[in-house]
Amino acid sequence: MTGKTGTTGKATVLGRIRDALAIAPPAPVTVPRAYRTGTELPSPQRIALLAERLRDYRASVHECRATDTAATIARILGPARRIGCPAGLPRDWLAETGAEIRVDGPETSVAALDALDAVVTGSAVSCAETGTIFLDAGPDQGRRALTLVPDKHLCVVDASSVVAGVPEAIARLEPARPITLISGPSATSDIELERVEGVHGPRTLVVVLRTDR
Amino acid sequence: MTFLGTPEVPPRGTGNLRGTQSFPEAAHDRLADSQLRRNLGKATRTIRAKRLAAAGELPDWEALRDAGSAIKTQVLANLPELLETFEQRVTERGGTVHWAPDAAAANEIITGLLGGAREVVKVKSMATQEIGLNEHLESAGISAFETDLAELIVQLAGDTPSHILVPAIHRNRAEIRELFLRAMPGVDPDLDDDPANLAAAARRYLRQKFMAAEVAISGANFGIAETGTLTVVESEGNGRMCLTMPRKLITLMGIEKLLPRFADLEVFLQLLPRSSTGERMNPYTSMWTGVTPGDGPEEFHLVLLDNGRSATLADEIGRSALHCIRCSACLNVCPVYERTGGHAYGSTYPGPIGAVLSPQLAGMAGTDPNASLPYASSLCGACYDACPVKIDIPSLLVELRHQHVREAAPRGEAAIMKAAAAAMGDSRRWELAQRAAGLGRLLARDGWIRALPPPLRGWTGARDLPAPPKQTFRQWWASPQAREELRREAERGLG
Repeated sequence: MTGKTGTTGKATVLGRIRDALAIAPPAPVTVPRAYRTGTELPSPQRIALLAERLRDYRASVHECRATDTAATIARILGPARRIGCPAGLPRDWLAETGAEIRVDGPETSVAALDALDAVVTGSAVSCAETGTIFLDAGPDQGRRALTLVPDKHLCVVDASSVVAGVPEAIARLEPARPITLISGPSATSDIELERVEGVHGPRTLVVVLRTDR
Repeated sequence: MTFLGTPEVPPRGTGNLRGTQSFPEAAHDRLADSQLRRNLGKATRTIRAKRLAAAGELPDWEALRDAGSAIKTQVLANLPELLETFEQRVTERGGTVHWAPDAAAANEIITGLLGGAREVVKVKSMATQEIGLNEHLESAGISAFETDLAELIVQLAGDTPSHILVPAIHRNRAEIRELFLRAMPGVDPDLDDDPANLAAAARRYLRQKFMAAEVAISGANFGIAETGTLTVVESEGNGRMCLTMPRKLITLMGIEKLLPRFADLEVFLQLLPRSSTGERMNPYTSMWTGVTPGDGPEEFHLVLLDNGRSATLADEIGRSALHCIRCSACLNVCPVYERTGGHAYGSTYPGPIGAVLSPQLAGMAGTDPNASLPYASSLCGACYDACPVKIDIPSLLVELRHQHVREAAPRGEAAIMKAAAAAMGDSRRWELAQRAAGLGRLLARDGWIRALPPPLRGWTGARDLPAPPKQTFRQWWASPQAREELRREAERGLG
C-alpha cells in the first residue's frame, strides 16, 4: 500500500509516531502492581462462590460428584433428542442420555449445529469471583462454532479447574488458542436498559459443577 | 517529508470526528427534546448505580486503576516497538497486517480486502464509525449490516449512535417496535413492544445474515503485542458470530489499543466490564491469534489505524486521552452529557472523553465546531473519578481551552482583559473604575442585574450578576467609621 508521500502506510504511521515521541519525549514508567494476584480460596468456598456468581447471571448450576456426571447430564437434558459434543469429550458422560449423539468435526455444517437440541462440552478454567467460564478449544471443548450456534450449552466444570480471581484464570491460559469467556447466557440491555437473555449465543447455559467432597 | 532529527507535528485525522454545529447550538436543540432527556436520565442513573456497586465490590479497585493507567502510559512511550512486535506475531500466526495513516486509507484498504463480497456483517466498532466505513462501503455498492442490537436500531433508523455503550439510548421501546415493523425485512407484523420479543425479532433477522456472510468486519478492545492476540468484549453474542462464522475476518484497530503482555488482560478484564456495564464480567469475551485451522475464519486481516492518534501523541499532556478503553463511565457520570446526550458533541466520540479526544484527533482551529468542545463541561471532576485508567479529563479540558485561547483569543474578551489589566495596574485608575462600576446599581432590581447592555450582554445571557455594593472596600477603608472599628478590634487584641 503506497501512501501520498511515496512511502508505505507502515513507514508513514511509524514515522509519525516517532516524530510525536521526539517532540514530547515520554518519561520512563514503572507499572505498580499492587492489585491482588495469586488469591487462594479453600475449595468449598471457591465452588460456592462460582455457583453463586453463575446463578446471579441466570445460568442454571447443578453440583454433582464426579461419579454422578452421566446421570446428572441425562437428568438435565431429559427430552433432548440430538446432542452435539466435541471429539475429545469423555464419552461416558453422555452414556445415560438416550439421545442421538453427534460428534462435531470440521465438516459438520452450520445447519447441523443449528439443528442440535443441546451441546455438551468441558471447560478449561473458571473464575469464581466473576462467574466466568473460559473455553480454550481444547479436545473436550471443540471449535468455537460448536458452543455458539446451538440454543442450549451444557458446560461441565471440574472443581480442580476453578480459581479465585481474574489474574489466576488468565495465568492458566494458552494465548495462541482461540479463547472464549462466558459469563451467563448472552444478554442485551439495549432497549430501555431492560435485560433480555438470549440474543445470539445459546439462550440457555447450564453448568454442571463436578465436586468431590 | 520527514527528515531524521527534525520531527514534524503529525497531521490531524479525518472522518466522523466533528459535527456541523458548535456544542452550544447543538445542545440547545437537544435540550428541548424531553423524551431524550427522560431516556438519558433513566439510563445514566441506572448504569451509574451499577458501576459504583461493581467497582466497590473489589478491595483493590484503586490499585487496578493505577496499574491500568501506568500500562497505558507504557504503551504510548514504547508504541513503535510494540506495534512492530505485534505485527510480527500476527503475521507469524497467519494474519496479514495493514497500516492506515488516515480514514481514507483505512476505507480503501478494507474495501480492497472484500474481494467482491456484496454484503458484510459488522460487530460494534467505534473505529469504523470514526472512519465512516459504512457510508464508504455503501458508495461502493456494498451493504454493511450492523449486528449489535442497538447499532441495528440506529442503522435501521438512519440515525447516528448517541452513547458509546448503548448507542440507541435515545429511543424507547415503542419507537423501536415501529422502526422494526417499518424497516426490518420479514418481521412478524404482530410484533409487540416487549423488549424480549423485539430482541427475538432481531435474533431471527440477523441469524440468516451470520450464516450467509462471507466477510465480517470488527473492531478490537485490546491487541496484545507479545502474542499477537486480539480481544473483543461484548454481551449479545453477535461478536462471537462475526468472529467465528464468516470465512474472512477484517479487524480495524486504533494503534493505541495495544497492551504489552497477555498477562495485562488481568487488569483490563477487571476494569472494563465493571466500569462499562457495571457487571463483574460481560457475558462474552473472544480472543484470537491469527488463524486457527478448522476453527473460525480462514483469512484474517488486521488494519492498524492512526488517523490523528500520532498527532495526539505529540502533546505531552493531551496524549493521556489515548489511554481511553471506551468504557463510557465518564459519559454516565457527566452532568452535561446527562442533559444533552451524545449527538450534541457532533463527533463519533461523545461525552467528556469525546470533548478531549475529538479536538485532538481532528483539530479545533478557527471556527471548527470542535473548538467548542473543551468548554462543554463544568469541570466538576466526576469523569476523572470514574475513569478506570485515570485520565484527568478536567485538566485536559483546561489545557485545550488554554491552547484554543492562545491560538484564537475571542477579540471582545481580549479587549476587556486588556482594559482590566490597565485599570488594575494603577491604584488610582482602579478606584475610579470601581466607582464607575457602582453605577451598575442603576441596572439592578432586588440586588441582581439580569441583563447588561451591549457589549457586555453576553455575560448575562446565561447568568445573573449581583449588584455592586454601595461602597467599595477601599471607600469603606478610608472612612472614619472603619478607622473606629479597627481601633476597637486592635484593643481587643488577637485574644
